[in-house]
Amino acid sequence: MTQPSAQSIEQLTQQATQELDRINDLESLDQWRISYLGRRGSLTNVLRGLSQLDLEQRRELGALGNQSKNLLDERLAQKTQEIDQAQQVQAFARDRIDVTMLGRPTPIGRLHPTTQIVKEITDAFVSMGFSIVEGPEVEWDHYNFEMLNIPEGHPARDMWNSMWIDYRNEAGQQPMLLRTHTSPMQARVMENTQPPIRVVVPGKCYRYEATDATHEWHFYQIEGLAVDEGITFADLKGTLYEFARRLFGEERKVRFRCDYFPFVEPGVDMSIDCFACQGGDNRCRICRGSGWIEIMGAGMVHPKVLASVGYDTEKYTGFAFGIGPERVAMLKYGIDDIRHFYTNDLRFLRQF
Amino acid sequence: MRVPLSWLKEYVDVEMSAQELAHRLTMAGVEAGDVIELGGWTGCYVGHVLSVEQHPNADRLSLCRVDIGSEQMQVVCGAPNVAAGQKICFAKVGAYLYNTHSEKHENLKPARIRGVVSEGMICSELELGLGDGHEGIVVLPDDAPIGVTLDSYLGDTVIDLEVTANRLDCFSILGVAHEVAAITGKTVREPDISYQEGNTPIAELATVSVADPDLCPRYTASVIQGIKIGDSPQWLQDRLTKAGLRPINNVVDVTNYVMLEFNQPLHAFDLDKLRDHTIIVRRARPGEVLDTLDGAGRILNPDVLVIADSHDPVGIGGVIGGANSEIGPDTTNVLLESATFDNYNNRQTAETFRLRTDATQRFEKGLRPELAPIGLRRATQLIQQVSGGEIAQGIVDIYQGRDAPHPTVPLSLKRLKQVLGMELDIEKAAQVLQSLGIQTKPTEPGSLNATIPYWRNDINIEEDLIEEVVRIIGYDEVPTTMLSTPIPNHHPSPMTELKWRVREAMAAAGLQETISYPLVSLESLEKVNQLDQENLPLHVANPMSVGQEYLRPTLRASLLQTLLYNQEHMDAPFRLFEVGRAFLPRKDELPVEQEIAAGVVSGLRSEPSWLEQDGYLDFFDAKGILSSALERLGVTTSYQPTEDPTCHPGRCARIIAGDTELGIIGEVHPEVLARLDLKPLPVVLFELQLEQILKVTRHSRDSFRPLSRFPAATRDLALIVAADLPAGKVQEILGRHRLVENVELFDVYTGDNIPAGTRSLAWHVYFQSQERTLTNEEVNRTLEGLLRALEREVGATLRGS
Ligand SMILES: [Zn+2]
Repeated sequence: MTQPSAQSIEQLTQQATQELDRINDLESLDQWRISYLGRRGSLTNVLRGLSQLDLEQRRELGALGNQSKNLLDERLAQKTQEIDQAQQVQAFARDRIDVTMLGRPTPIGRLHPTTQIVKEITDAFVSMGFSIVEGPEVEWDHYNFEMLNIPEGHPARDMWNSMWIDYRNEAGQQPMLLRTHTSPMQARVMENTQPPIRVVVPGKCYRYEATDATHEWHFYQIEGLAVDEGITFADLKGTLYEFARRLFGEERKVRFRCDYFPFVEPGVDMSIDCFACQGGDNRCRICRGSGWIEIMGAGMVHPKVLASVGYDTEKYTGFAFGIGPERVAMLKYGIDDIRHFYTNDLRFLRQF
Repeated sequence: MRVPLSWLKEYVDVEMSAQELAHRLTMAGVEAGDVIELGGWTGCYVGHVLSVEQHPNADRLSLCRVDIGSEQMQVVCGAPNVAAGQKICFAKVGAYLYNTHSEKHENLKPARIRGVVSEGMICSELELGLGDGHEGIVVLPDDAPIGVTLDSYLGDTVIDLEVTANRLDCFSILGVAHEVAAITGKTVREPDISYQEGNTPIAELATVSVADPDLCPRYTASVIQGIKIGDSPQWLQDRLTKAGLRPINNVVDVTNYVMLEFNQPLHAFDLDKLRDHTIIVRRARPGEVLDTLDGAGRILNPDVLVIADSHDPVGIGGVIGGANSEIGPDTTNVLLESATFDNYNNRQTAETFRLRTDATQRFEKGLRPELAPIGLRRATQLIQQVSGGEIAQGIVDIYQGRDAPHPTVPLSLKRLKQVLGMELDIEKAAQVLQSLGIQTKPTEPGSLNATIPYWRNDINIEEDLIEEVVRIIGYDEVPTTMLSTPIPNHHPSPMTELKWRVREAMAAAGLQETISYPLVSLESLEKVNQLDQENLPLHVANPMSVGQEYLRPTLRASLLQTLLYNQEHMDAPFRLFEVGRAFLPRKDELPVEQEIAAGVVSGLRSEPSWLEQDGYLDFFDAKGILSSALERLGVTTSYQPTEDPTCHPGRCARIIAGDTELGIIGEVHPEVLARLDLKPLPVVLFELQLEQILKVTRHSRDSFRPLSRFPAATRDLALIVAADLPAGKVQEILGRHRLVENVELFDVYTGDNIPAGTRSLAWHVYFQSQERTLTNEEVNRTLEGLLRALEREVGATLRGS
């Protein structure tokens, strides 16, 4: 065994660090550790040889040897970390996946757009104290027309082309039809309830009508009715204004103009200002340049309707309104043809 | 209703643009559709025909000299009615006109016709787009100023009104004029209707009686003798054409003109074709027939009101005239009718004969009887003016209600405030009503009485007057308030709520909602084996199409149709549901409308992709989806094998909750699939009766069980059972012990190591108590008890024992 010297320790250290610099795998690194720092490693040997020296030399070289060992230990740890990191990088590169490929599909169920918009509309009114009621889709002429101030032979019947059920009563009349609106529930509700009344009536309606992009023979309507002592046209304006803001945005403006429905007087229809162009586009597809979009018909319940259910017309007043949810959905989603709704093409339904 | 602005301006001043007027009318309730501009005749002028000579080389052509103010033009003309001295529409070369040969608009080219140069053209209606007439040229009134552009002389704007069923008055130009006056604050100039009568009393010329005054409350008539039938003057033809009617002859045109002007339909009879110069207004006799002016033969009955002479009907009152009394080219003496017919009967007759005419459109809405003599006098005056002749002295006026006062309607501010929620002073209300031609008289303070003018039939109650006031002052003037009345008690409908929850649960389970038409064909029901010939579904008397005639008694056909439609468009997993109604007929009552949730599941198990495919959706996929949806609704279900005509006999189950049957689930019968042209893949259909679900969800509220604090013990057991024993039965027996927390089927085996005719069902059984940790002994004892019960009840034995 050679005598350890300061020079030999420094040489050994230098040799070890130079070797270490060239190593880039864990196996060689372990070899290196064993050959320098292992139980029989060269530096270990040098340090062990110090015991044979005199006290003065031992102290001097001992400090140097420990310094060298600490250095190599530190470099070893550093190198180990470097190699670990490099290997991890390689592993990640190997395990890379193409994240742009399609994910494993999970079935998604969706509600029909009509269901969604009906819910949205009725929710708006429910929050204003209205209850939801439903009625029969096959109705008597009595409720569909008579009770609504549209007697047999009234020219206003032309406003509702009906599909009649092939059934004759004893008098030979054909009194059963597919309801042309959900308005018959006005009479049915009032027959069974005393004011105060606040209801909305969603449901299917039917008309004997050729179909085109804006007309369907089968569609939904949401009828609304509020009756009590002290209900006025001003309340109708407020209620429908609030509704319009909830559905179409806080900043919406509304406009009422005179219109005719036999079961209300005065009768109006309500428009909102065009949310697509704010009235600024002459070729706007939504409002056709007018800046206004008709949303619904409404009015104060006709005294004849109130009288026909036995209400005191001096005491009670009320308002009624009717909304076409498909039209609202078409406006909100930019749907160009109402016939999409009930064809049940999944390519359409999956968009909502 | 087409309203030419030039005609309207005869009765009321209009200072705003047509667009602005259309908007104001719309806001007041008389909706304006299109605003149509007539004109655009560049290069066309009012010309004066100076001379007409024979064309040197063509018999049927003439050579005219025309003065257009700035110059004189030579023009070849083929019209038979051209004559020197006429004012005509002259088009210079280059004018943009309708070319009757090429049938499109073109610039007029320079022409040499049979060797003679033509420097322009004298125009017909067709070329100018004023009407269909092409035989003759348009002849302008004599006072037409020579040389002015045709646009400035003949151009016009037509506002097309979409009049609502109540506003009969706006089917007339004068009615619209009153509306315009109210909107703009102008006054209406009603036309003069006076005329010079002759000396022969009308009674000497015609005998008129009304036998059925209930159907004809008022009948007025006049007689004009010695008229000459011909074309109407141009101004009259122009107005009719612009308003959308075709000119016929000077008498018929006047009746149409007055109908458009005042709203009163009129009919002119050839007096000499009325036998005994007699008119009787009566119900038709059974079996009477009449050839009407439209060329059809009509068989009449006593519900039809006819105008008859002393023998036979000569017209259907207020609907259409008869050919036997028609005005012809040789007519010289005319009896003019202006009557009020019962609106309901008139509408009924029009519907019976499918004859909706301009007259019935007005009569059916209830014209006021006061209008009849006004219309009569106006038309009599005009016929004499355009056809000559002498008017008989006096008119016929048969009217029961002669002395009836004009209808009045009261209005009080109290009511106005009650309805509108706004304050208004009575003077303002009175002023608005007067602007509409409604006379008002104050009664007590804050109240008035309104007299309704002859042209309005839609104001009968106080609310009608309130609408008149508010629609003219504008709805913006009404305040906007929130409802301040008490909120009624909320009574949510359990079915409405359930339907919403079902929809959400089904969507959450991955099903797509569909909504289909409830009208189906018998054939489509038969295809899914759901047609009961003994109890046919409700039939629509006037269906839209053959495939949509019957109200569906089941949703199955609709859903399978939806599946088929989508199969044709894509290859995908189809998981569809619908919540809708089935209609079950009842005698003399409205049908039962059954609320149903139904669905179909079919196709690939996952969307087509680069990922490995895992086969097709089957019964157990559908059952899993349905069970998870029902679980979300809080319904615990079990399934029992059953049979159903739509389904595969071995793959169909009843869905049960407690004692209540909720519906069925099953794989659709392969024959049904084949009949519907569906792909031969498993299609699983389910159908739930929502009324039934409502029954069980009412009881399944408050079903929270505390979580046990004690550990569970597990035992696995493999049971040998008869091959046809439903696993559900075993599960039910295992699950009913109070210490059994859960049971899971984890393996099913048939094959070599077990007896033929049996199968092995392997279960994890979890035991747990709310009160304590179960001992091994307790668990084993319980298990032994279960095994005994299984053996006793279904003959199950432990495998390998
Ligand atoms: Zn717009």
